[in-house]
Amino acid sequence: MEAFTTHTGRAVPLRRSNVDTDQIIPAHWLKKVTRDGFEDGLFEAWRKDSEFVLNRPERQGATVLVAGPDFGTGSSREHAVWALQNYGFQAVISSRFADIFRGNSLKNGLLTVVLPQETVDALWELTEADPTAEITVDLEARKVLAEGIDADFELDENARWRLLNGLDDISLTLQNEADIAAYEAARPAFKPRTITA
Amino acid sequence: MGRTLAEKVWDDHVVRRAEGEPDLLFIDLHLLHEVTSPQAFDGLRQNGRQVRRLDLTIATEDHNTPTLDIDKPIADPVSRAQLETLRKNCAEFGVRLHPLGDVEQGVVHVVGPQLGLTQPGTTVVCGDSHTSTHGAFGALAFGIGTSQVEHVLATQTLPLARPKTMAITVDGELPEDVTAKDLILAIIAKIGTGGGQGYILEYRGSAIEKLSMEARMTICNMSIEAGARAGMIAPDETTFAYLKGRAHAPEGEDWDAAVAYWKTLKSDEDAVFDAEVVIDGPSLAPFVTWGTNPGQGAPLSANVPDPASYEDASERLAAEKALEYMGLTAGQPLRDIKVDTVFVGSCTNGRIEDLRNAASLLEGRKVADGVRMLVVPGSVRVALQAVEEGLDKVFKEAGAEWRHAGCSMCLGMNPDQLAPGERSASTSNRNFEGRQGKGGRTHLVSPQVAAATAVLGHLASPADLSDVATTAGV
Repeated sequence: MEAFTTHTGRAVPLRRSNVDTDQIIPAHWLKKVTRDGFEDGLFEAWRKDSEFVLNRPERQGATVLVAGPDFGTGSSREHAVWALQNYGFQAVISSRFADIFRGNSLKNGLLTVVLPQETVDALWELTEADPTAEITVDLEARKVLAEGIDADFELDENARWRLLNGLDDISLTLQNEADIAAYEAARPAFKPRTITA
Repeated sequence: MGRTLAEKVWDDHVVRRAEGEPDLLFIDLHLLHEVTSPQAFDGLRQNGRQVRRLDLTIATEDHNTPTLDIDKPIADPVSRAQLETLRKNCAEFGVRLHPLGDVEQGVVHVVGPQLGLTQPGTTVVCGDSHTSTHGAFGALAFGIGTSQVEHVLATQTLPLARPKTMAITVDGELPEDVTAKDLILAIIAKIGTGGGQGYILEYRGSAIEKLSMEARMTICNMSIEAGARAGMIAPDETTFAYLKGRAHAPEGEDWDAAVAYWKTLKSDEDAVFDAEVVIDGPSLAPFVTWGTNPGQGAPLSANVPDPASYEDASERLAAEKALEYMGLTAGQPLRDIKVDTVFVGSCTNGRIEDLRNAASLLEGRKVADGVRMLVVPGSVRVALQAVEEGLDKVFKEAGAEWRHAGCSMCLGMNPDQLAPGERSASTSNRNFEGRQGKGGRTHLVSPQVAAATAVLGHLASPADLSDVATTAGV
């Protein structure tokens, strides 16, 4: 995983709540067997409308998505995170994320930042009035900074440490091999098995 | 202090607990399907890793599989390639696979329980958000992303922060025409699509205890639509009776030991939940969705709501956008909404009891002119059982299409899709924009409402059928 420390970029204000992962990347894109090449599928249905915010010329090259509450609901598809990253987004800001989407984002180094809705409103107003306005997401200081905005955000220390260092979860877990083996040895005999060993 | 059911199952699976770290949880059962696993197997290969516990891993094909002509090569080359990738990966790593054409093939969340692999007090994961289904057995079951699929394949564990717990108590009796689907849709409408976020839900109360395993699975299945990763129901005699004798259920002394453990799996009287919601069972009625998220629902007897009636600005905007997408007007009676397609199936309502419920209303009646009805059993086993009971004949004689098992029109990854502007009454779980096909419009309903709707051509409850004579003269 790529490390995330701090990022500054222009924003896409997405004034929609309940943006489900079917909207982020529709199911027919899920037939691909790679982690890349999903950028054209990002918000595919909405992008058919030339007025959709992502299509506006002034939003090209933006890297921070500022979305309404309950972003990433529905399907567990990690392809939603890959699509956002393939398109160029480095961070997503919302007042509430769906659990699975949030977990997926942090495993891939896409920083999902939870801020109060009033701050999200302020970021929408700022970036709608001035598309060139930049937002800084600073993971070291746990702050979101923009003109007139200085907001602290929370992220549990363990997730932050893994992101700052770009650490691989599987390698970290395998350091606990002895614990896993001890647990396995003590499992009851009645637990189900898919095949007889 | 006592512990909740979720806390007990969680505690029993902690491999490692350390200050400042998420708990490392052991996974008892890992279910795989073709869509969310290819990149995980690639990850194993790139790092020279193996599947740690092949005996706790099982795969099937469901999302992409066609429901017609399953004996012929799959027409869509991309779908075919994805299924072939799963077959190659399972062969290379040694994973048990039930491919298209196999008698144990079906929707992954139907297959696990029917094999008896889903058991009380187990941890179950799958790269699919509807893994919450398995919580109906008192299992802690949740959907994971592909990175976590790779993590479980390599280590049989997951590092996870322990969620909070929420009790959803449903007291009293459900009225006769109210199903598990109506109940869960009403719960989601009440707490919202984000209401369960950060929680494991536990459904309890007298109305829940009376439900069959199929009905309990329908409820737990849609926990994710309320934002919760997992939903659970304490195991009881209904659970044990369902499991007894299944292929992978324990036998002999193991059965006795298992049941003794399973009986401890209930929230202690003095357990404290982080949140509690109470639902009055007798006040419920058949429920349908009108919008584009599963929380946008109402009793069938209601009218399409007026977005202006919402105080919250974001809910108001969401309702406006939903009505526009759905092609509905505020104040329109829900019963007046005409449909083009009726879909009975999915991991929510594709089990034998669901097919029986739909068939019982279709017997001697006809699907309305201009309405297409698809019946897609959740698994090959469900299909075989239905044929044995003659349900397939009932569906076909009514004018419905009887198909092969799979996810089908729940998410339209195979050819079963809505055309732009087409409207469905669907027993599936998501009414998101375009979920069942680009531009398609979905109303989530129970199998009974689906059947009544198919006969009348507009959203309807079984009670509305009383005026429709059957050829059997009932």
